[in-house]
Amino acid sequence: MNARIARLRRHSFQAHPALSMERAQLETQYYREHSGKYSLPVLRAGFFTYLCEKKTLYIGDDELIVGERGPAPKVVPTFPELTCHSAKDLRILNSRKMTSYKVKEEDIAAYEETVIPYWTGRSMRDRIFSKVPDAWQKAYKAGLFTEFMEQRAPGHTALDGRIYQMGMTDFKAKIASHITALDYLNDPAASETYEQLCAMDMACDAVIIFARRHADLALHMADKTTDTMRKDELAQIAAVCSWVPENAPRTFHEALQMYWFVHLGTISELNGWDAMSPGHLDLHLLPFYEKGLADGTLTRETAKELLSCLWIKINNHTAPPKVGVTAKESGTYNDFTQINLGGLKRDGSDGANEVSYLALEVADELQLLQPQPSVHISSRTPNRFLENALKVIRKGYGYPSVFNTDMVIQEQIRAGKSIEDAREGGTSGCIETGAFGKEAYILTGYLNVPKILEITLNNGTDPLTGEIVGIHTGDPRTFDCFEDLYTAFARQLAYIVDLKIKVNNYIERMYARYCPAPFLSVVIDDCIDKGKDYYDGGPRYNTNYIQCCGIGTVTDSLSAIKTHVFDTRTVTWDQLLTALANDFADAEPLRLTLWNRTPFFGNDDDRADAIMQQVFQSLFAAIDGKPNTKGTGYHLNMLSTTCHVYFGKMLGATPNGRHAHMPESDGTSPSHGADRNGPTAVIKSLAKMDQVKSGGTLLNQRFLPGVLSTDQDLKKLAALVRTYFRLGGHHIQFNVVDTQTLRQAQQTPDEYKNLLVRVAGYSDYFVDLDADHQEEIISRTEQEMG
Amino acid sequence: MGIVFAVNKYAIHDGPGIRTTVFLKGCPLACRWCHNPEGMDKVIALVWNADKCIGCGACVEGCAQNSLVFENHILKRNVFSCIKCLCCIDLCPAMAQEAVGREADVPDIMAEIQKDIPVYDESGGGVTFSGGEPLMQPDFLVALLKACGSSGIHRAVDTCCFAPSRVVMDVADHCELFLVDLKHMDSELHRQYTGVPNDGIKKNIALLTQKGHEIRVRIPLVDGCNTDEKNIQASADFLASLPGIQRVDLLPYHGIAKGKYRKLALENRASLFEPVSSRKIARCADILQQTGLTVQVGG
Repeated sequence: MNARIARLRRHSFQAHPALSMERAQLETQYYREHSGKYSLPVLRAGFFTYLCEKKTLYIGDDELIVGERGPAPKVVPTFPELTCHSAKDLRILNSRKMTSYKVKEEDIAAYEETVIPYWTGRSMRDRIFSKVPDAWQKAYKAGLFTEFMEQRAPGHTALDGRIYQMGMTDFKAKIASHITALDYLNDPAASETYEQLCAMDMACDAVIIFARRHADLALHMADKTTDTMRKDELAQIAAVCSWVPENAPRTFHEALQMYWFVHLGTISELNGWDAMSPGHLDLHLLPFYEKGLADGTLTRETAKELLSCLWIKINNHTAPPKVGVTAKESGTYNDFTQINLGGLKRDGSDGANEVSYLALEVADELQLLQPQPSVHISSRTPNRFLENALKVIRKGYGYPSVFNTDMVIQEQIRAGKSIEDAREGGTSGCIETGAFGKEAYILTGYLNVPKILEITLNNGTDPLTGEIVGIHTGDPRTFDCFEDLYTAFARQLAYIVDLKIKVNNYIERMYARYCPAPFLSVVIDDCIDKGKDYYDGGPRYNTNYIQCCGIGTVTDSLSAIKTHVFDTRTVTWDQLLTALANDFADAEPLRLTLWNRTPFFGNDDDRADAIMQQVFQSLFAAIDGKPNTKGTGYHLNMLSTTCHVYFGKMLGATPNGRHAHMPESDGTSPSHGADRNGPTAVIKSLAKMDQVKSGGTLLNQRFLPGVLSTDQDLKKLAALVRTYFRLGGHHIQFNVVDTQTLRQAQQTPDEYKNLLVRVAGYSDYFVDLDADHQEEIISRTEQEMG
Repeated sequence: MGIVFAVNKYAIHDGPGIRTTVFLKGCPLACRWCHNPEGMDKVIALVWNADKCIGCGACVEGCAQNSLVFENHILKRNVFSCIKCLCCIDLCPAMAQEAVGREADVPDIMAEIQKDIPVYDESGGGVTFSGGEPLMQPDFLVALLKACGSSGIHRAVDTCCFAPSRVVMDVADHCELFLVDLKHMDSELHRQYTGVPNDGIKKNIALLTQKGHEIRVRIPLVDGCNTDEKNIQASADFLASLPGIQRVDLLPYHGIAKGKYRKLALENRASLFEPVSSRKIARCADILQQTGLTVQVGG
């Protein structure tokens, strides 16, 4: 990396996250003055315009790509219309040991005086919690599921190539033609559509204003500086910001700045989950890259420098702070922007290109927390691309993650998308499948599947609290056979899923009504054509995902009961239930028998894998196709992020010999230490899951560095990945680090500030993780060679 | 039926591609640096892992022969009364009681091998029979090789070649690749380090090459035993004189088996060696390369 990038990187790396109250104060002022005057979409667009006109701008030394959501890098605004932090929350954020955010005491005082009084009772979180039924509250508090929308807006959005072909004036023209075509005589929704389209039009103007203010500031700074080189750069920045996003970009630099303004617009308007992602950035940038090289305005080095600037911009944007359960689901500064590399083009040809390799180089050199690069491997992808990606993975940052394009496409075809839209789709967030630029694929929350088994074993009661949180499905001692137990489990599962979906659908309407996102709607097809908001079914495709956690833990637990209670009859229900209630106190031989003498998932053992298939099928039956409020429905995916640690804390001892409160298995990975036959057995077991029926699965594998030391080893790892994908795997990611290094990092964290590890569908700095997550990563099975 | 002591998957250093390595128990040699000492004896060994034992006494109570007793938290086994019925293994919840080696028949082992066929297909891998010394169980080995052959699985045999030529050639008819150890060129020193002379080994290697079988030679590099220039030069000359040997793998000694010797109570059979310096490894590689051989460090 060159000196400029090194300085920008250092600045971004060293800045400590802080909170800015500016957005909250502007929003409160705006709402106090204008709430009630306009329709909700226009009110939201009006506030967005006000924010773009007023917010403090930032152009840092050395920067080529400009714009920050807050007043400076890593300074994060708050979103009181969604969740209004209390003064106590803010003080905790400021002082807590892990993932802290600096907050000034005077800011807290101002927040208490103006922001908190206005938003109390008006924030989405307050509205939601005042409405949800008692049964939901009990199940939620028991840790049976989480709810994504209680403090961040639905998101997980990635863009297609539209914004590289259309500027905001083009979008405005399209909106205007739809307004002209409104039929007030015959269309009862015409006036509502008009409000939505007006709001979208205002949002286009808002980002143009925002860009022009940057152009003015750059010119002003150019005037002031005596550094002639910087003067030229600032003039260049001003020229770029005067052109985009108003017009479609013409150069590589403009294309990157275009994306960045759109990114900033969507994450300032609301704080949708997983920020925003550019989708197939390498494919979008390729025409600009080739044109620049051909006409001599760009070199490989300058392109790399500009791309690095974007990378650093994304890293500057720390996740907004969460509170409560949501903080436990994902305690990280990472906001999960993912960049897809490789894959296929719309026409089905191989997408890996020179910009893909350039982006891998940038990720390798910068070693930053964000963004998360992922490589997309289809049967058409050349081995060279996969092997280049594995060379970065070998260094141990945990990225890029590796996805199976052919599977990601099949999943989308099954869900009813067109083949072209599916190819243009990919993965965002951690592993979530979606059609980029055309779909709202909303994650609604995690489902604690092992906890559902636990309440089944207790006839609907949570043994940790004694509360009835499920339905009565019978005392397990009365079950004659494994099928009786399984039927009871499947009934509990269906009950809990329905409870969650009912409330989700309610919340979904609240977002459509109170929190429309007009700017996001501009850039996602077909919101303009339908004249509907992103949250109200405007996109071409509308999916809700429920993320199912702990498939390893629940499979192994069911397998243990089947083996020992029913098949060999060596353990009685009384023995088992007593041991579970006492967390195996005085029952270590029983615990070890369960742990050592049970067929477990992840060993290519059909006895266990058949149970996994049965559970997966039950999840599918309970979730897939349930209607949402937008005329489409729910799908499942198999993602845990870090929720398996929180869910584990809410779970007593389990029949697989796991102690109470320990983490559950992560994603679709086997329980830690349960896979004892190496990585080929793991992928074979995983491949027995019919993954095409999911919206993504997640497989973590930890390798010792010694297994990947030579290029031959790397080729063999590539063959392992290809085998998994040929067998129908969706995703695999690797940590290449030994236990000794991780232990050392715990001892002397200051020396390991740069140590990135794969956590869930993203990497994080190991020393920034809390102790539970550190232990969880260390406990993942180390794959050696045979 | 045969006796197997391990089946390892994702074996990436035992031949081309990703392989499953099947370890057959029993070896006619006793190399002082052996890193698989659990494969030396042909008979099944019963081992007690103190670090795993929780002292529950299930094995002591369940032993019909009364062969087990705890003395000062150490489990003692009366080897004269023990009939190796393996009850203690099945009864132990903690896996502290361990049988090194198990009787297995061809379908058992084939079921394990066949599971990874998609991996072999994708990586150009297959199965490798190792040990111990697989040629010590020739009938079992040939039966397995035939079964793999009819499943279309690439077969390699990792052997020291200390066996009657008839056995070697019989096996050669049913495998695609030999991984042959060449431990020392001097027969007397070979005997000192491994317990047997090397004349028959050299003869078998030559025989295999003459018949056109594919061979990869593997030289374990053990400092103070066989890393001197004289021996490496002699090895190079011998290999260069044979038709069709293209590749030599150098396997530097590592002390990883120390724990195994302790567990098996075979400390008296273990000699400890220093790791070979990378300079010396490079020198050995250099000598071999000069005769036109392709050399790889590691398998």
